[in-house]
Amino acid sequence: MRLLDKETSRRSFLKSSTLAGGALVVGFFVPAGARRAFAQEGGTPSTAPASALPPVNAFLRIGDDESVTVILSHCEMGQGIWTTLPMLVNEELDADWSRIKVEHALAAPVYRSTAFPIQMTGGSTTTWSELDRYRQVGALARTQLVAAAAAQWGVKPGDCRTEKGFVLHGDKRASYGSLAAAAAKLPQPTSVTLKDPAQWKVIGQPTRRLDTPEKITGRAQFGMDVRLPDLLTAVVAHPPTFGGKVKSVDAAAAKAMPGVHGVFEIPTGVAVVADHFWAAKRGRDALKIDWAPGPHADVDTVALRKSYSERGKADGQAAKTAGDVAKALSAGSPLVAEYSVPYLPHAAMEPLNCTVRRSAGAAEVWTGTQFQTVDQARVAEILGLKPEQVTLHTTFLGGGFGRRANLVSDFVADAVYVAKNLDRPVKLVWTREDDIRGGYYRPLAVHRLEGALDDQGRPTAWRQRIVSQSILAGSPFAAMVKDGIDPTVVEGASDSPYVAAIPHHRVDLVAMEVGVPVLWWRSVGNSHTAFAVESFVDELAHAAKRDPLEFRRALLAQAPRVRAVLELAAAKAGWGSAPPAGRARGLAVHESFGSIVAQVAEVSVEGGTIRVHRVTCAIDCGVYVNPLGVRAQLESAVAFGLGAALHSELTIKQGQVVESNFHDYRVLRLHEMPQVEVHIVPSKEKSGGVGEPGTPPIAPAVANAVFALTGKRLRELPFRLS
Amino acid sequence: MKLLVNGREHEVSVTDDMPLLWVLRDVLGMTGTKFGCGMAQCGACTVLVDGQPIRSCVRPAAAVAGRAITTIEGLSAAGDHPVQRAWAEVDVVQCGYCQSGQIMAAAALLKAKPKPTDADIDAALSGNICRCGTYQRIRSAVHRAAELMEG
Repeated sequence: MRLLDKETSRRSFLKSSTLAGGALVVGFFVPAGARRAFAQEGGTPSTAPASALPPVNAFLRIGDDESVTVILSHCEMGQGIWTTLPMLVNEELDADWSRIKVEHALAAPVYRSTAFPIQMTGGSTTTWSELDRYRQVGALARTQLVAAAAAQWGVKPGDCRTEKGFVLHGDKRASYGSLAAAAAKLPQPTSVTLKDPAQWKVIGQPTRRLDTPEKITGRAQFGMDVRLPDLLTAVVAHPPTFGGKVKSVDAAAAKAMPGVHGVFEIPTGVAVVADHFWAAKRGRDALKIDWAPGPHADVDTVALRKSYSERGKADGQAAKTAGDVAKALSAGSPLVAEYSVPYLPHAAMEPLNCTVRRSAGAAEVWTGTQFQTVDQARVAEILGLKPEQVTLHTTFLGGGFGRRANLVSDFVADAVYVAKNLDRPVKLVWTREDDIRGGYYRPLAVHRLEGALDDQGRPTAWRQRIVSQSILAGSPFAAMVKDGIDPTVVEGASDSPYVAAIPHHRVDLVAMEVGVPVLWWRSVGNSHTAFAVESFVDELAHAAKRDPLEFRRALLAQAPRVRAVLELAAAKAGWGSAPPAGRARGLAVHESFGSIVAQVAEVSVEGGTIRVHRVTCAIDCGVYVNPLGVRAQLESAVAFGLGAALHSELTIKQGQVVESNFHDYRVLRLHEMPQVEVHIVPSKEKSGGVGEPGTPPIAPAVANAVFALTGKRLRELPFRLS
Repeated sequence: MKLLVNGREHEVSVTDDMPLLWVLRDVLGMTGTKFGCGMAQCGACTVLVDGQPIRSCVRPAAAVAGRAITTIEGLSAAGDHPVQRAWAEVDVVQCGYCQSGQIMAAAALLKAKPKPTDADIDAALSGNICRCGTYQRIRSAVHRAAELMEG
C-alpha cells in the first residue's frame, strides 16, 4: 500500500495545499496545485518568464521540514543517478546533503532528455546530458532563497552567502525550509551563472549512494512491488514462436483453478487473471492452447550462423571506406578471421512487469521503464486516450540494460491489453521464462575480418563485414537509419581509431531480416564490434610479431586520448612484467558513448575452464561527477560483459527459444568475479557516459589473454576451449 | 495454516502448493523478498527458516508453517544489522533487486561462520545472482560485516 498511500497523500495535498506528511511542502515558483498540471502539459508556467532555463518547480521541492526533494527526469536502474543528479543540484544549491530526498518524475514533456526528444534513460547519456540542467535548477533555487532572505532582512542578496541549507548574513541565518514559501512567490530569474569548475565542492567527490537505505531493508519499490486496492495479477501465455498466434484455447481447467478470475485472449496471447501471481501462473500452466506458428517457425540459430558466415563473403553497404581495400588485400596474403556472437536476452534480475489502473477518460501506469514518453504514447494509443490522460509512474528498475527501453513498449502494451478487459487494476508479471523467451535480444552477429601487413609489419588494409540485424529499421526510430546504415550495428567499428589509421579500409554492414525481435543490450553494437576489432588487432599484432601494446600504440598515434588510456591500464596492470605463474595477460581499449575504457585481463586456464583473476581498468570519461559511481559502473560492466563472454547464449530451434531460465541461460556468478581495479584519468574533456563503456573491452581482453596463454584464438562468444 | 514471520504470527488460507515467496508478497504484502527465477536458481527470494537460508520461490509455505521465518523486513528493526551496515559502508547496491536475497544469505553465512574465508563466501553466495555485478563489493562487505560483528 505504501506506493498508493504516498501517491494519494501527494495528490490530496496538491488539491488542498494542506499538510502532507506533517510538513508543508512548497513547490518552487508556481503554486503547488499547478505543479502536476504543469508537469503534465509541459507548458511554461505563467509566473515564470519564458527562457531556456529549466522550470525549477518541475525538478525541485523544498519543504518546511527542511526536506529537499530532487525530481529525476531519468530512471534509476542501478547506474547511480539517484545520487549523481542530486549532486549536480547541490553543487549550486548548498543544501544539507543529509536532507536530500529523491523521486522519479511522472512522464511529462518537461522531463524530456536534453540529448533526445523524449523522456528516457539510455545510451549512457544521463549524467553528461544533465550536467547543465540540474546545476541550473540548483543555482536558480539558491538565487530565489537568497533573494527571499535578503528581502526579509533588508540587505543586498549579493552580501548573503549560503551554507548547508541556510542563507547567512552577518549574524543572521535562515533555513531553506523557512524561506521556501517566500522564495516560491518570486519570479524565476531569466539568467543564472554557474560556478567555475575550479570552485566545485561536490562534483568529483566520492559520494555514497542515496538509495542504499531503502535497498538494504527491502523498502525500495520496484514495479514488481506495486500494491493497490483490488489489484489482480495477470500472466500471459505468449506464442512459442515469434509472430505466432492463438488458433484455439481450452481454458476450462485454468478457469477452474482456485483464485483465477478470468481467462481471455489478447493480441499478444492468452491472459490469465487471478487473485495473486501463484494462482495466475497455475492457471496458465493448465491452459491448452493450439498455436499457429506464424512466419518465423523455421528460425534456427545454427543455420542462421552459417548463412551469416556465407553472406560475409561478399560486400554489403559501406559504412566507412578509404583507399582501395580490395587491391591492398589482393597484393599479399591477407589474414582472414571470422568472429561471431549469439543472441542475448538482457535477463535483468527483476522480470518484466507493469501495473495498470483504468478509470473514465484516464489511466494510471506503474512500471520500471527507461522509455517514459514512448510507453505513455503506446498506452494512450491502445486505450484511445491522449498521452496526457495517461499518468505514468516510474518505479525503481530491477535492472534495465536496454530491455526496458522497448521501441514498441512490449511489456507495457501486454499489461494494457489485459487491463482493457478488466474493471479492476491489474499487475502483469512475466516469469523468468517469459523474460528469456520474450524476444528483444542483442542481435546475433558475424564479423568477417581481412587484413594485410606491409613488410615492416604495419597494417595496410582492413576489411570488415558485419552481418547482423538492424535494431532501428522498421521501428518508430527508423529515421535514425541513414543511407541504409543502422549506426547501432556498426558503432565501434566504423568509428574505430585503428581502422581510421589503416590507409585502405572498408567497414560494411550486411543487414539481415530474420524476424527475431532485437534491441539494445548494454553497449549495443559495441558489445560485438569491440570483440571483433580488438581481437583482430591482436591477431595482426601477433602476425606482425609485435608486442600487442606496442602494435596498438603505433596505430593510435592520431588518437592520443585513446592511447593514453591504454597506456595507463597497461602500466597499472604491470604489462611487460612477468605475470604470476600459469597466467597471461591480454588487453583491449575501446571508445563508446563518449568515454574510453582500456582493460587488461589476467587469466589462467584450470581444468579446461577459463578463470579471470584480475581486470585492470582505466577510463577517461572526461569530467566526472561521482568517482565512486564510475568505479561501480566499471565493476558492473566487467561482470556483465564477462558473463556473456564466458557463458551466455540464446539459441533457437524450429522457431522456439531453447533456453528458459538461469540454469541454461548462464550469467556470471560471484565465485567467477575477478578482482577489478579502476583507474580514472583526471580530465577536463567533455563528460562522456559511464554505464556502458566498460562492457565492450572485456571479451576481447580475455580472448587475447587466453591466446597469449594457450595459443588458442577464441573467435566465438561465449568462449569454448574445445 | 499459521506462519511465523519476523516474530509475528499470521493465519493464512492458501493452497498447499503455494510457495512461501508468493504468500509473503501477495498475501502478507511483504514485498522485500523478491521473485527472480521461480526455480531456486538466482537466490533473490532467500529468507531464513530457523536461521537457515532457503529459496522461498520453491518452498511451499505449508512446509514451513509454524517455523521461525525471517525476511529482510525482519532482519533488524532499524536496518542496522551488521550486514546492512557493511553493505551501506561499502556502497554495494546498484539496482538493488537482488540485494534482499544477498543480505539474507550473507547474514546466514556469518551466523554459521563468523570469520568466513573467500572460499566460504563463494560457497555460500554463488547461488545468488546479481546482474549489476556487485559481487566484488558483496565479498568485501561480507568481510566488513564479520569485523563489525566481532567489534
